[in-house]
Amino acid sequence: MQIISTVSLWLIPIIIVAVLLHGTWKRVPTYEIFVEGGKEGIKIAVSIIPFLVGMLVAISIFRASGALEFFVGLLRPFLEFFGIPAEIVPLAFLRPISGNAALGVTSDLIATYGPDSFVGRLASVMQGSTDTTFYILTVYFGAVGIKKMGNALKIGLIADFIGITASIVIVTLIFGTI
Amino acid sequence: MINIIWVAMTVIGIVFAMVNGRMEEVNKAVFEGAQEAVTLCIGFISVLVFWLGLMRIAQTSGLLDKLSLLFTPLMKKIFPDVPADHPALGYILSNMIANMFGLGNAATPLGIKAMEQLKVLNGGRNEASRSMVTFLVINTSSITIIPTTVLAIRMNYGSVSPAEIVLPTIITSLFATTCAVLIDRYMYNRKNRNRVK
Repeated sequence: MQIISTVSLWLIPIIIVAVLLHGTWKRVPTYEIFVEGGKEGIKIAVSIIPFLVGMLVAISIFRASGALEFFVGLLRPFLEFFGIPAEIVPLAFLRPISGNAALGVTSDLIATYGPDSFVGRLASVMQGSTDTTFYILTVYFGAVGIKKMGNALKIGLIADFIGITASIVIVTLIFGTI
Repeated sequence: MINIIWVAMTVIGIVFAMVNGRMEEVNKAVFEGAQEAVTLCIGFISVLVFWLGLMRIAQTSGLLDKLSLLFTPLMKKIFPDVPADHPALGYILSNMIANMFGLGNAATPLGIKAMEQLKVLNGGRNEASRSMVTFLVINTSSITIIPTTVLAIRMNYGSVSPAEIVLPTIITSLFATTCAVLIDRYMYNRKNRNRVK
């Protein structure tokens, strides 16, 4: 498992070096282009604020009232039989429906259980490895006026289920359940 | 759907608080939740500015285009109905590369362009063609190489090693996408077999 953490740590620096060297070689004004592209990052981060405020307030209320504890407690005996932490269920459920809502749940889980805990790592991988099926379906098919979607929704949701299951298995295998 | 979930969480939470006598905690939760969200988004700025800046260089220098050439043979296998020199294939590739490197905003317009081209290929009908379903399925299971926002959250909450989840994320998303493509192929074949009968 040492290899996996090494690759994880080396990947980003290697991409940085490759991009900068290739840019210099192609005579791109690297620093100026970097600044230009970076401006978009500020726009995106600011535009997420309302989504995250709405979702995190709702989650905080749900948690502080004891409601989350109650529902998680109902699921726990069943899920723990399969080695699945019950805390992850809200994320698994929301991920295909809304990307920003899921992002709110992910940050709440990481804040509550710590980024280096089993739940924190699991939430990280789950959030990163699948996309918002309903959103993509609506935007892509909506934009070009597709009315009959065929099997797209069914397969998309099956893929989400596989991704969520796979993230549990892979995180357990790589990091253990601590 | 997200509207109902959002309202339900908030209302059920407040009703629970009434029963459990946790009104004080709920009041605190409202303001703390809002504040935490803003703090997090400010934390996103650092990672997003750096990553999107870097990726703009990769776009300008043609590195991303070069990468998409690498995937052309694979795409021809995944989209057998799309002619090799059709512009749809180029848009599909650029969309996937943009998604891989966390450029969601760049990926969406490219994806829509790919869909437009696929619709032209399908004679402009309002029915999803085989290639459209495949393209959509690949997008919803999303191959990710750098999960930018997740890295930012992990950094924000003081992870010892924020990047340790990078490879597990790649493995998981690759696995899910492969399964999605296989299921899509299987369903298409099954439907076709029934039609022949």
